[in-house]
Amino acid sequence: MPAAFPFSAIVAQDEMKLAILIAATDQSIGGVLVFGDRGTGKSTAIRALAALLPPMRVVEGCAYNCDPDAPDAALCASCRENRADGFKLKVRKGAVPVVDLPLGATEDRVIGALDLESALTRGEKRFEPGLLARAHRGFLYIDEANLLEDHLVDALLDVAASGENVVEREGLSVRHPARFVLVGSGNPEEGELRPQLLDRFGLSVEVTTPQDLKTRMQVVRLRDEFERDPDAFIEKHKRKDAKIRRRILHAKEKLADVEVPDATLERASQLCMKLGTDGLRGELTLIRAARAFAALEDDDSVEDKHLKRVAPPALRHRLRRNVLDDAGSTTRVNRAIEELFGT
Amino acid sequence: MSTAAPAPGQMEPGPTDPQAAEAARAAAARQAQLAARWSDACLAAALFAVDPVGIGGLNVRALPGPVRDIWLELLRELLPAEEPLRRIPLHIADGRLLGGLDLAATLHAGRPVAERGLLAEADGGVVLLAMAERVARNTAAHLSAALDNQEVMVERDGITARTPTRFGVIALDEGANDEEQVPDTLKDRFAVLLDLNDIPYNAALPADHEPITIRRARERLRGVQVPDDMLEAICGTALALGVDSLRTSLFAQRVARAAAALDGRDAVAMDDVSAAARLVLAPRATRIPMPEQPEDQQQPEEPPPEENQDDDENSQSPEQDIDKPLEDVVLEAAQAAIPDNLLAMLKMGAMRSRSRSHGKSGASQSGSLRGRPAGTRRGEPGAGARLAVIDTLRAAAPWQRLRQQERAAQGTGSDVLVEVRQDDFRVTRYKQRSETTTIFVVDASGSAALHRLAEAKGAVELLLADCYVRRDRVAMVAFRGPGAELLLPPTRSLVRAKRSLAGLPGGGGTPLAAGIDAALDLADGVQRRGGTPVVVVLTDGRANVTREGIGGRAQATDDALASARAFRVAALKALVVDMSPRPRPDAEKLAHAMGAVYLPLPHADAKALSGAVQAVA
Repeated sequence: MPAAFPFSAIVAQDEMKLAILIAATDQSIGGVLVFGDRGTGKSTAIRALAALLPPMRVVEGCAYNCDPDAPDAALCASCRENRADGFKLKVRKGAVPVVDLPLGATEDRVIGALDLESALTRGEKRFEPGLLARAHRGFLYIDEANLLEDHLVDALLDVAASGENVVEREGLSVRHPARFVLVGSGNPEEGELRPQLLDRFGLSVEVTTPQDLKTRMQVVRLRDEFERDPDAFIEKHKRKDAKIRRRILHAKEKLADVEVPDATLERASQLCMKLGTDGLRGELTLIRAARAFAALEDDDSVEDKHLKRVAPPALRHRLRRNVLDDAGSTTRVNRAIEELFGT
Repeated sequence: MSTAAPAPGQMEPGPTDPQAAEAARAAAARQAQLAARWSDACLAAALFAVDPVGIGGLNVRALPGPVRDIWLELLRELLPAEEPLRRIPLHIADGRLLGGLDLAATLHAGRPVAERGLLAEADGGVVLLAMAERVARNTAAHLSAALDNQEVMVERDGITARTPTRFGVIALDEGANDEEQVPDTLKDRFAVLLDLNDIPYNAALPADHEPITIRRARERLRGVQVPDDMLEAICGTALALGVDSLRTSLFAQRVARAAAALDGRDAVAMDDVSAAARLVLAPRATRIPMPEQPEDQQQPEEPPPEENQDDDENSQSPEQDIDKPLEDVVLEAAQAAIPDNLLAMLKMGAMRSRSRSHGKSGASQSGSLRGRPAGTRRGEPGAGARLAVIDTLRAAAPWQRLRQQERAAQGTGSDVLVEVRQDDFRVTRYKQRSETTTIFVVDASGSAALHRLAEAKGAVELLLADCYVRRDRVAMVAFRGPGAELLLPPTRSLVRAKRSLAGLPGGGGTPLAAGIDAALDLADGVQRRGGTPVVVVLTDGRANVTREGIGGRAQATDDALASARAFRVAALKALVVDMSPRPRPDAEKLAHAMGAVYLPLPHADAKALSGAVQAVA
């Protein structure tokens, strides 16, 4: 695989970078959707994520990257059996998977199917895990999310909601855990995203191209340097990337200790009510994202400043469309923040 | 490398008739411009040959014909013969493009055999995309992904593979009008956009690039440096022309580098940057730069001495002003190369803030049972779904041995040649162009109403007359007095339309807001049923009844504009026809607020109206 562009070498696009860091810190927030013009570095940033993630503990020899410390219900069948039989699960450190869901993927590769190889050569019926199994406990990246075929979207929504993939086909009956964070990118001009899928993304970021000369020159210069000698470039940015990785690691540990005062909760509710967001998911995401942001900033409690910063990405895709207000949803969120928090 | 078209003032004036001289001058200027464009096209071919992967692609907009053939021949000669040149046919299946299960080999070998896709086969070479303006969105997305990642990722038919591949794309864009365009996703990944459309055959002279120069340039390419001031000139020009995508700036820089290598230099110079600006930036301009650039004025930079002089006969380029900052010189070069039609559009300010969406208009729908086949999916035949025999067999093929064993174990019949089970069934998916529904919104107020209504009725009938051919429907909303009224729900029936349009009264105030709201509701309904609405508003734009149905010009105008803005959010295709005898700015303002095309037609007849509607739809 061609080397990925280092995260620390991405110029500007602060909101996108922050959203990605938040998603990496607290996976329960539910992923990031990056929507924006062409040539803004959407895919670059998301692909750079893989290199940033600190390793996690997985069960040795498990096809589904099971968590050795998880309760029985969250294990795959073979790990559960092993544990029930009194075996101690062997642990190894593994990389957090960032799995690409390519556009042309067929359904059987996504959800898993019979293993062709063993069926053909040995005549065995064996389940071959699909992309969803590989993405368990990690990230599933959909480029051009709005162009994904409908029947794949259906399959994804179902699994994302239940956290479990159930396969009943070709005489197989398999279920395995599949909890993953959806990361999507797309260009709104190519088509809209189905509302159900939109709702699965915790944060949504709108990116635009920087408009000042210095930044643009810097982007072109760095990209060019990278393309001419990727290895040297990555080496050069290794330390900065490592620093970001340490920051994520520290934030993950700190996350549980970050306090959310009642006043902040109230503020968040007020903001959501003011904007008329649908459901409670918006509020929950807002609080979680603010907490992750506070952890990243090494702050001990969630304050207004954290809410203010994460409110646009957490809420902008949850607003009802108002036909008499043609201002973009970002403007509406910012306006509400201004009214509520003052300046 | 030639620069811009010559300034007309520098030609010698004809001695005799001033008019004839003027015409001759214009013709000569045109000739020179065409020659410059052709030589740019040749240069683009050479640059692409130098760095196909870096340049990503060339979009060649031209109808098939000798000029395009000459250009392609030229390119073929420049590309090294040993590198693959693959042609992607228009309706290539995903499996063939990306790779998948090789059916014949799989059956033969008794184990899954992967087939390399066309994109993987093109590694190190060039793919030719024929009829690129009609390429399926899927294919475009796959190509973009392969260009971005420089690898093909396959997750299909039980095969997981990543194959690195690096190639350049030549997209043959045969779009005849502005509606037919190569998908923007793809264009954004091509450095150069060429338009060969009105270059005459006799202007297409053979160019003077040799395969050997290309080879030398390729060796030199890696070492070519881009000085900071040159990079600044590229980025600054892109910004001044309103070219937002950073990919474009990156491409411009690579093109400049290839140009320097082609010229046998180790650093990018003024000429290279100008060439890049002409080829890469100019066709993508979204605004004409302000004449004054107040900021980023560098210290005056003298253009480096040109190593090879322009070899064109028409090299009376406007003398490069030595005092000008670098960026302005580049900008000038780029501006001269902005295509005429784009320039005209920019001048009219017709580039609307929201860019043209490919998803909305005539958006094709999948999932229906009619239309063009678009791949297959798992599912059972019946309920109108048609079985795709080949794909079903393909799905069943790998299991044959397993199923035979199962049969043998169960002791059931072994005389079955191929066993197909329910899971193997594949049905064909279809895509269908959605039908267009033209919604007429007619201002039936005041004295002119009768006249306008008659014309609108005529236009409706004309459109309906040929709607059977185009599968279109027509609806009509009239507004007068206190509110709006749906006169004709979307229909394809001429008879019905005539009957409901027969008795249509006119007169009263102008509740413009109510009319627009009603049109939006109707359009929304059409869209929800999968159609594509086109709204045509016939009015003079002078509202005098508010949304509540009360008189009052100021409030009514505000309401109308508010409705118009709401309409704009829906991003529908719309046309505002101003039919007042003396067009006034009201209707134009309304059209602008709606995001609609404005058309003053004071003496319109039904025929002109229906022509205009068809042009928009």
